[in-house]
Amino acid sequence: MTTELNAIVPMACVTAAGIAAMVAEAFREPGERMPIGGLGAVGLVGAGIASFLLWGRDAVSFGVVAADNFGLFVTWILIVVGLLSLGFSATTIDRERLPGGEYYALMLFAIAGMMLMATATDLLLIFLALEVLSLAVYVLTGLRRSSAAATEAALKYFLLGAFSSAFFLYGIAFTYGLTGSTRLDRVGSLMAAQAMSPTPMQFVALGLLLVGFAFKVAAVPFHMWTPDAYEGAPPAVTGFMSTGVKAAAFAAFVRVFLSAFEPLRNDWAPVLWIVAAATMIVGTVVGVAQLNVKRMLAYSSIAHGGYILLALLASNDVGKAAVLFYLLVYAITNLGAFGIIAALEGVDRPNDRVADYAGLWYDHPRLAALMTIFLLSLGGFPPTAGFIAKWYVFSAAVKAGYNGLAIIGVLTSVVSVFFYLRIVVMMYMTQPDADVQVPPVSRAAGIALAVSAALVFYLGILPTRVLDWAAASVKTIF
Amino acid sequence: MAFPILSTLIALPIAGSLLLLLVPGRDGDERHDAMVRNVALVVSLLVFAESLLLWSRFTTTSADFQFVERYRWIPAFGISYAVGVDGISLLLVVLTAFLTPLALLGSWTSVHKKTRAFCMTLLVLESAMIGVFVSLDLFLFYVFWDAMLVPMYFLIGIWGYDRRIYAAVKFILYTMAGSVLMLLAILGLAYLHNSARGVYSFDLLQLYTLDVPPNLQFWFFLAFALAFAIKVPLFPFHTWLPDAHVEAPTAGSVILAGVLLKMGTYGLVRFAFPLFPQAAALMAPALAVLAIVGIIYGALVAMVQPDMKKLVAYSSVSHLGFVVLGIAAMNIQGVQGAVYQMLNHGVSTGGLFLIVGMLSDRRHTRLIAEYGGLKKVMPRLVAVFLIVTLSSIGLPGLNGFVGEFLILLGAFRANPRFAAFAATGVILSAAYMLWMFQRVNYGPVTKDENRSLPDLQPREWLAIAPIVAAAVLMGVFPNLFLRPIEPAADRMLGQVLQRSGREIHAAMPHVSPPVDPPGRTLTVRSSGDAAR
Repeated sequence: MTTELNAIVPMACVTAAGIAAMVAEAFREPGERMPIGGLGAVGLVGAGIASFLLWGRDAVSFGVVAADNFGLFVTWILIVVGLLSLGFSATTIDRERLPGGEYYALMLFAIAGMMLMATATDLLLIFLALEVLSLAVYVLTGLRRSSAAATEAALKYFLLGAFSSAFFLYGIAFTYGLTGSTRLDRVGSLMAAQAMSPTPMQFVALGLLLVGFAFKVAAVPFHMWTPDAYEGAPPAVTGFMSTGVKAAAFAAFVRVFLSAFEPLRNDWAPVLWIVAAATMIVGTVVGVAQLNVKRMLAYSSIAHGGYILLALLASNDVGKAAVLFYLLVYAITNLGAFGIIAALEGVDRPNDRVADYAGLWYDHPRLAALMTIFLLSLGGFPPTAGFIAKWYVFSAAVKAGYNGLAIIGVLTSVVSVFFYLRIVVMMYMTQPDADVQVPPVSRAAGIALAVSAALVFYLGILPTRVLDWAAASVKTIF
Repeated sequence: MAFPILSTLIALPIAGSLLLLLVPGRDGDERHDAMVRNVALVVSLLVFAESLLLWSRFTTTSADFQFVERYRWIPAFGISYAVGVDGISLLLVVLTAFLTPLALLGSWTSVHKKTRAFCMTLLVLESAMIGVFVSLDLFLFYVFWDAMLVPMYFLIGIWGYDRRIYAAVKFILYTMAGSVLMLLAILGLAYLHNSARGVYSFDLLQLYTLDVPPNLQFWFFLAFALAFAIKVPLFPFHTWLPDAHVEAPTAGSVILAGVLLKMGTYGLVRFAFPLFPQAAALMAPALAVLAIVGIIYGALVAMVQPDMKKLVAYSSVSHLGFVVLGIAAMNIQGVQGAVYQMLNHGVSTGGLFLIVGMLSDRRHTRLIAEYGGLKKVMPRLVAVFLIVTLSSIGLPGLNGFVGEFLILLGAFRANPRFAAFAATGVILSAAYMLWMFQRVNYGPVTKDENRSLPDLQPREWLAIAPIVAAAVLMGVFPNLFLRPIEPAADRMLGQVLQRSGREIHAAMPHVSPPVDPPGRTLTVRSSGDAAR
C-alpha cells in the first residue's frame, strides 16, 4: 500500500513546503522577516533526495504517475530550477514589495505541478498538472499589481494560455473518443493498431494536442505570448517560467508524442519539422531586433525551444537524451542570465534595456563576467555547457538524417551569437552610464549565480556523467 | 608515465592567468599594472621555454605523432582528450609560444586600461591556440578552435582602436559562420565511423583510415575548407581580416597575423586534405586558383593602402595565398614550403605589426602620409624595420625566401601556369612593401612632429630583436626547421595521394630538404629584382 505512493513523494515534499509557506505567511507580522524561501529550499532538497532514492526503480503510483528515470531526470532539472529561482527571488521580493509567502507558495505549487506533468502517464493527469502549474505562473506573472506592464502580461498570458489549454483538452477528448482511454500506453497500442489506416479523427486529435504543446513550449507560430509575458513578469519569475514551464512541457511533449503517438510519426514528423525550423529562425531573427534584454532573452528562449524540438524530432536514443540534457543546460544558463537581470534591477527602474548594461564591467566586473559566461553558454561557445548541449542536439539530428534542420540550427545559432554579444559589447566596450544604479547583490543571489556559473563550466568541461545519466534516463522507457 | 608536456603547455598559460588574479592592487595603479605585466611576461616566457624543451626532445626523423597523451573524455561518443605533435604542429606551437611574449611586450605601454584583464585574455588565448595545434581529436580541436574566438574578440573589442566593436563582432561572426558547418561535418564523420565500424570516434588517427564515400567527401571537404578558408583568409572570404587587423591593439594584430591565420592553413594540412583525399584532389586546383587570385588581389590592394596596418593586413592575404597554393600543389615541395612559409609569415608579419605598433605608439597615427624621413630621426628603428620588411618580401638570406621558393617550385610541378601567376605576387610584394618603406623612412622629414621621435627603447629592443634573430636564423639555417617538417609533410602527402588515386605523383622522388643552392636563388630572384 505504502509503496503505491512512492512515485509522488517528490512532489508531495514540494507541495508540503508550499503549504508551509502559505501558513507561515499567515502567521507573519507585517514587516517581520521570515526565511520562507528556506522552507522552499528544504522541500526541494527533500524532493531531490526522494527522487535520488527512486532512481532506477520505475515506481508507479495509481497507474498514472510514473517515477521512471525519465521523469526523475526532469524532476531534478525542476529542483535545480526551483533552488536557483529561490536564490534570485529574495531580492525581487524585497525590491518590488511582493507578498513573500504567497510568492514562494505559488512558486512551489508551480514546481509541484511541473513535476507531476513530467511524471504523468495519463493525458487527463497531464492536463491537470498543466493547469496547476499554469495557474500558479499566471499569478506570479501578475504579482506586481501596481505595474501596468505586469498586469498586461499576466492577462495576455492567461488568455492565450487558456486557449491553449482548451485546445489541449479538446485533443484529449478526441483521443479518448478514438481509443476509449486517456492512458498513454493504451492510447499508444490502439494507435499502433490503427496506424495502417489513419482516420481524420486521429489527425484532429494529433493536431489539437500539438497546438496545445506548441503553446506551452512557445513554438512558432504559437509563441506570441512569450515576449510580453517575459518582459512583464519580475525577472526572477521570468527566469523561473522560461525554464521550469519549458522543461515540464517538453517532458510531457516527449512522453505523449514519442510513446502514445509514435505510431503516427509519419504524420506529425513533417509538421514538427516545419515548426522546429520556424521556431529556430523566428526566435533568432526577431531576437536580433530587440533592445530590451528580457525580450531578447524571450526570443532566445523561443529559439532554444526550437533546438529542443529538433532533438525531439530526431527521437533516436541520442535525441531523447539530448532533450533532457539540453533542458538542464538551458535551465541553468537561462536562470543565471535572469538572475543577473534580477540583480541589476534598480529600485525605481528595471535597468533591463540593452543600453543599461553599458560599461557594467567597469563598475561591477563580477556581475559582468558572470553574465558573459551565461551569454556565451547560451550562444554555444566551448568550454561552456551550452556548447555540449548544442553539440548533443546536432549529433542527434545528424544521426537521424535531419541534415537540413541541423544546418538551419547551426546557422541560427551563429545569428543568435550576434545578439548575445550585443550585451557583451555593451558591458565591456562602451562607457558606463551614470544613471544606472546597481543595488548590492544579496548573498542568496550571489551563491545561486556562482553555482550556476560553476555548473555551466562543469557541464561544459566534464559532461560525461550527466550525459550518461541522461542516456540512462531514456533507456528504460519508450 | 611520461611527463605530460603538451598538457602542461596548454595548462600553463591558463594557470598563469589565474595567478594574475592574485596580484594585489587595483587596475590603473601603476605599480599593480607593472607587476601584472611582468608576471604575465614571465609566464609566457616559461611557456616558450617549455616549447623549446618540447622541440629539443622531439625526434625530428619520425613522422609519427609524439608526446601523445590520451584520456577518455566522453566515452559514449568515442571522444577523448588526445594531444600530440608532429613536425608541423611542433613548429607552430613554438611559433605561438615565441610570439606571445613579444605581443605582450608590443602592447606594454599602449594598453592603459584593465591591464590585468588584458594579460589574462592574452594568456587564455595562448592556451587555446596551443590546444588547436596539438589536438588529435576532432571534438577537442573544435572546442579549442571555437574557444579561441572569445579571447580574441575581447582583445579587439576592448583594447582596439576606434571601430573596434564593428571589427570584433565581424571577426567572431565570420569565423563562427564558417566553423559551425565544420562542426556538422565532424559529426557526420563520427557517425560514418559508427556505421562503418560500430563505434563512434572523433579520433583523428582513426578517422584518417576511414573510407568516406566520394559524394560525402565532397560535402565534408567543403564544410571544412570553408571554415579554414575564412580563417586563412582565402579570397573571397577575407573581408573580415583588414578590419580585425587594423582595429586590434598591437598584441592582437601580432597574434592574429602570426598565429590565428595559420590555423586555417594548418587545418587544411591536418584535417581537410588527409581526411577527404579524393575531394581534396578534386578541389585542389580550385583552391589554387583562389589562392592565386588572393595573392595578386591582396598585393594590388595593399599597394594602394594609405594606412600601414591595412597594408600589412592585405599583404597577409597575399602571403597566405602562397601558403594555400603550396598546400594545393599537393607535392612535397609545396607542402613543406607552405608549412615553412606559415612560420615565416608569423615571424615577419608579427614583426611588421610590432613596428607599426611602435610608430603608432609614438605618433598615434598609422597613415603613411603622416611619416617620412624617419631614417634620420630613428636610425635603429628604421634598421630593424628594413630587415623585417626584407624578410617579408623574401630576400634571400632571410626567412621569407626559402618558403616562397619551395612553394613556387611545388606549384610549378603541379601546374607551371600557377607558378607563373604566383610569381607576379612576389614582385608585387616587393613593390608595395618597399614603396611603403620608402615613403615612411626616406626623403626629408615632412612633419614637424616627427623630428623629435625617440629611437628604439630597451623594451622595444626586447620585442623586436628576437624577430630579427629568427628571421636571420630561418633564412640561413632553413634545415633546422625543414627537417622536422619533412617527415610529417611526407606522411600527410602520402595519405592524401595514396587514397585519392594519384599514386603516380606520389611515386615521384622527393627532393630532400633544399639547401638553397645559390644558383637557384638567383634565377628566382632575378625576376623580382628586375621589377624593382
